[in-house]
Amino acid sequence: MEHDVALTVKGLKTYFYNNNRCNRAIDGVSFEIRQGKTLCIVGESGCGKSVTAASIMQLLPTLSRIEEGEITYHGPDGPVRIDALDRGGAQMRSIRGKEIAMIFQDPMTALNPVYSIGFQIKEMLMYHTGLGRRERHDKAIDLLASMGIPLPERRVNEYPHLYSGGMRQRAMIAIAMSCNPRILIADEPTTALDVTIQAQIFELMDTLKRENGTAIMLITHDMGVVAELADDVAVMYMGNIVEAGPVGTVMRNPVHPYTRALLDSIPVLGRGKDQEIKAIPGQTPDPYDRPKGCQFADRCRHRIDKCDQMPPETQVSDDHRVMCWRYEEFASDGR
Amino acid sequence: MAADPILSLRNVEVHFPVRTGVLKRVTAHVRAVDGVDLDVYRGEVLGLVGESGCGKTTLGKAILQLVRATQGTVTYSGEDGETELTTQDDAGLFAFRKRLQIVFQDPHSSLNPAFTIFGSLEDPLRHYGVKTRAERRKIVGDLLEAVNMRREAMDRYPHEFSGGQRQRIGIARALSIDPELIVCDEAVSALDVSIQAQVLQLLMDLKREKNLTYVFITHDLSVTEYLCDRIAVMYLGKVVELCDAEELYSNTLHPYTQALLSAIPVADLDRKSQRIVLQGDVPSPINPPSGCPFHPRCRFAQDICRTDVPRLRAYKAGSGVHMAACHLIDQPLAD
Repeated sequence: MEHDVALTVKGLKTYFYNNNRCNRAIDGVSFEIRQGKTLCIVGESGCGKSVTAASIMQLLPTLSRIEEGEITYHGPDGPVRIDALDRGGAQMRSIRGKEIAMIFQDPMTALNPVYSIGFQIKEMLMYHTGLGRRERHDKAIDLLASMGIPLPERRVNEYPHLYSGGMRQRAMIAIAMSCNPRILIADEPTTALDVTIQAQIFELMDTLKRENGTAIMLITHDMGVVAELADDVAVMYMGNIVEAGPVGTVMRNPVHPYTRALLDSIPVLGRGKDQEIKAIPGQTPDPYDRPKGCQFADRCRHRIDKCDQMPPETQVSDDHRVMCWRYEEFASDGR
Repeated sequence: MAADPILSLRNVEVHFPVRTGVLKRVTAHVRAVDGVDLDVYRGEVLGLVGESGCGKTTLGKAILQLVRATQGTVTYSGEDGETELTTQDDAGLFAFRKRLQIVFQDPHSSLNPAFTIFGSLEDPLRHYGVKTRAERRKIVGDLLEAVNMRREAMDRYPHEFSGGQRQRIGIARALSIDPELIVCDEAVSALDVSIQAQVLQLLMDLKREKNLTYVFITHDLSVTEYLCDRIAVMYLGKVVELCDAEELYSNTLHPYTQALLSAIPVADLDRKSQRIVLQGDVPSPINPPSGCPFHPRCRFAQDICRTDVPRLRAYKAGSGVHMAACHLIDQPLAD
């Protein structure tokens, strides 16, 4: 039971439509999230990380839709095809929040400023559990206390503007965790926070994972966060997962040129002043006017003619896959 | 780089009044910068790091006299001797604005969207005596080439550029009148990692070429390690530790710096260090704690920390001086 799969995404394609143009925001993405494990999705802005999360939660904006692919939630009552559900329907609403919960990037805009924190936690409990009014109130206080918020009895009646950034994010996690979800999707949960507060939030998420066996999907752009928290990692670039595998494999033996370039472009703490950082030339292509083949080809140092065609997803080993024509050369160059 | 200060700050305080009630009476002060002594040496990169709200940006602005210090002095030393900037009026500052420039954090709001790039970049040139338009166009073109952009970019508008390009335009603007010192206020924080490396390399190349001095304000300690010669760590408006970059990472003295360093996620799987998780949030600068500002969150806090404000004292170090403000560090060199 320990490592069973909580969610499978297979060949997912989500497109956005705008002014008669089509943005293939996600173009064939497959991965799975395992119970009690953290999957980190890492990539630059605009690569489709957040759209992946929104697709799973069925929270996509109106001018976009899932074109192809399967999202399967392996719940306690057998598998459920999330992509086939009506996004406002009863079954989706019972999964969203209860079984799969989400933490958003900016706690100030994600919390409603005109309702107290307590109300917003109790709202979740009201819809998803059969608890009574009193019990809901006590549970809300318990949740805030377990998130390390001081004086929860008083804080529960306060409004978001009285909370600091770190406390707001913790309140958001309290809302997300209120119904003991089996999957927690965290979309850049600490990007707006200071490092010392970030460390507090990570500690908290780690505890949740260990104690409740929650499956976590963490979206980030910070390779440091990946190294600290992830069990598995998926590197995204322009709507594709270009490389995925266990964190040790991907970070020690990256075979996709983008993963390598990404790792080479950040200064790493502890390597001193002499470390060499290599910038990735150019910038990400216009999402409405993408290159035909490999999306990274224009910025890649190892480009060959074949890169004008989209490379297939290839297994390097059992749990390590990559999308690159030349991965074999990179796999054997012993980096 | 022997002691040749370009700027000397002595006991600089910036307090902002807080006005409340109908009569807008001053009821308190935000002590954004609270007594800072700092020298900036010619040709160095000085890092100013700290969490949000610690006063690093205000200090940066106080250096440029964009905010006037409520107390203390900022002295500029150039070929024509020393000048106290804090006592100059706007007309008197005119000559010094040419030598001290700033690159702002947000590349999206620091360029006027109604002006072409040339319109934004020619302003400083016009003020500082480049009379003909043809000459200005030539200089702006050269500047854009210096920051790896095309000359033709000058006739386009800010919205046509990506974040990284806009930040490079911001750097070109700061360079336009040949400054001696540039304050970079979180100049790379809003950029994607691959673009961040491009801008960092550009800054370092320009520094070598033009013999610039940088004050680099950031919250990212991995970037400062790569970039800076000396680092000042700030907490609640005070400098708590100041020393050579290498010394700071190898021999951290102040408990706050230790916690800050340990909280940074490191993109290196072989370097899993013990995280020191600080409890609580940064206290309000309106009503800072008594004694050492860090004592409510400090693991080692003792009675003396609650009552006495520690002064910045010099400690023994491999090369140069290591300054720290803490009661509990042994062996100060001089009191």
